[in-house]
Amino acid sequence: MSDKVLEVKDLKMHFAPRSTIFSKSNAPVKAVDGVSFHINRGETVGLVGESGCGKTTVGRTVMRLYNPTSGEIIFDDQDISQLKGNELKGIRSKIQLIFQDPYSSLNPRHTVGKIIEASFEIHKINPAGGRTAAVKELLAKVGLNPEHINRFPHEFSGGQRQRIGIARALALQPKLIVCDEPVSALDVSIQAQVVNLLDDLQSEFNLAYLFIAHDLSVVQHISDRVVVMYLGKIMEIATTKDLFAKPMHPYTKALLSAVPIPDPEIERKRERIVLQGDLPSPANPPSGCVFSTRCWKATEKCRTEVPELITLGVGNPNERSYACHFPEN
Amino acid sequence: MTSTPNGNVAAEVTDQSASSELQSALDNYNQLSPRQIAWRRLKKNKVALASGIVALFFLILAYGAPLFAGIFHVDPNSRFPDAIDGTGLVKGSFNGMGLHHPFGFEPGTGRDLFALLVYGSRISFTIAIITSVAFAAVGSIFAVIAALYGGKIDNFFGRLADFLLAFPFTFFVIALSVPLTKSIESTGIAQNNGARMIMLVLLLVIFSWSGFFRVVRSQVLTLREKEFVMAAHALGAGNRRIIFKEILPNLYPLIIIYLSISLPGYLTAEATFSFLGIGIQAPASTWGLTLDDAVNYWQRDPVYLLIPTLMLIIVVLALNLFGDGLRDALDTKSDR
Repeated sequence: MSDKVLEVKDLKMHFAPRSTIFSKSNAPVKAVDGVSFHINRGETVGLVGESGCGKTTVGRTVMRLYNPTSGEIIFDDQDISQLKGNELKGIRSKIQLIFQDPYSSLNPRHTVGKIIEASFEIHKINPAGGRTAAVKELLAKVGLNPEHINRFPHEFSGGQRQRIGIARALALQPKLIVCDEPVSALDVSIQAQVVNLLDDLQSEFNLAYLFIAHDLSVVQHISDRVVVMYLGKIMEIATTKDLFAKPMHPYTKALLSAVPIPDPEIERKRERIVLQGDLPSPANPPSGCVFSTRCWKATEKCRTEVPELITLGVGNPNERSYACHFPEN
Repeated sequence: MTSTPNGNVAAEVTDQSASSELQSALDNYNQLSPRQIAWRRLKKNKVALASGIVALFFLILAYGAPLFAGIFHVDPNSRFPDAIDGTGLVKGSFNGMGLHHPFGFEPGTGRDLFALLVYGSRISFTIAIITSVAFAAVGSIFAVIAALYGGKIDNFFGRLADFLLAFPFTFFVIALSVPLTKSIESTGIAQNNGARMIMLVLLLVIFSWSGFFRVVRSQVLTLREKEFVMAAHALGAGNRRIIFKEILPNLYPLIIIYLSISLPGYLTAEATFSFLGIGIQAPASTWGLTLDDAVNYWQRDPVYLLIPTLMLIIVVLALNLFGDGLRDALDTKSDR
């Protein structure tokens, strides 16, 4: 067994628009276009980028909620990218998902007990001591009152619902949990509680997280390493410390400069990079470097030549990668 | 000094018990299922509740027709020639209403009007209920299939629904009623009015499922994209589990609401078609037939027209108001 719980190699997820009798099929939307990264056991990898850059698609493709166009998803030394039927169902129990919106992620007509028990039902698992006891234990684990097992989701607050979602994800004792913006719909005070809960559960169960978020301060707090995406491609991968201290990719630098600093003195003086223009269409990405249309350093080379993802210090814990012709620092 | 702490303790105790009472009341409320909450809301809506009771009363009257007609010792087939004068009109004022004949008589034949109407409502209700249930079932099954499988199947059902919605419904019912009744009779399932009932139900269902289909289909499309459905996928749930455990429970309120709202519509539809002479035919009776007959006498015997009209209005209004209240009660969007 390798150290890597998950390794993604050149993953592509293209969505072909439906062709009708009135219009021929257009260019596919390249939501994820050649993404490679890995997650070690018990590690948290943050996945950041602006809206529409393909973060969620990466998460859902890794979960095999989509069938990837090409590429490999190696989970526990097994390529799961093409699995089907029962083999896929077996893997499902090992990778779980926590959703962004705690209001739509729980079926309003099922009790909390029923929602969490569904995992046991689907996989025909009978925990020692019975399913109800197991559900109560899970509720206690995520900091909810086990007596609330017969309540309905509408009786809980957003933070409590998110805890229910976490309990559901934990039920099958997964090795990897994909957290798709798990705190962005919550109040700031509740965000901290949920993030700390995720932290505690990680050390207790040796979980690995793929933590998708656009809030960089949350990512900085929880992640060991960070992957920066832009328009379906990876711009930079580095340890959290390195990335926040000295970003190499101009896009990362721009992202970081958008994070407000809670000190008016510094905030007033510091230079902010404001990106011009909008995110280009993933159906028709720019040639060369996808970021070249908005990059202040872009040259002719950037517009014609696609920068490879270059990795420095392979194998060493501070290994970092970037995809830029003219890196910073 | 000694009395003050005691007093304080007493006050504290009562305070605590009061707050724990409040807490348990809150807990009670919190542990209600969506169904119980809907029932609570319905109970608060007095108009809907009263309408429900009225509708239920008429329903019981219809299906207990022999029992209620028996109270007055009447039945829809025996004639009372004494009540009719030489011209076929009912003797006396107010359609001959009396203790033994609460609604009076039917002019011409001299049959008891109360018996005719309660027995008649049985046919009307039966057609309306069967049609509503069949229409809801057909509409929602097609909708779930179309929305979940999508693509060509969705297109097929969608275009079929459009096609049927574009049809001149009344015209086709009139045109198709006779040949369809004939072909039902030739299969030997039912004869005469039985065949006509089947014909009415069939035509009503065929031409009306499409409206409901559209509503349910769009609802399923919304539900399908909800994260709890994706969570079920992520857990490895199969299609059947997702349809029956995740999606259908969220459709029940919609289906119940549509049932209760469409029921009065079909009640009037049956009356309309019987009135037009393409539904049930005499000597059986329905509200539509009685209305049809009463129109001939409206100047000489207005009470004869008034009674079935009022009954129809009351039932339809009650069912509509009840359906409305039910919608308010079941609407999850107005959740606390």
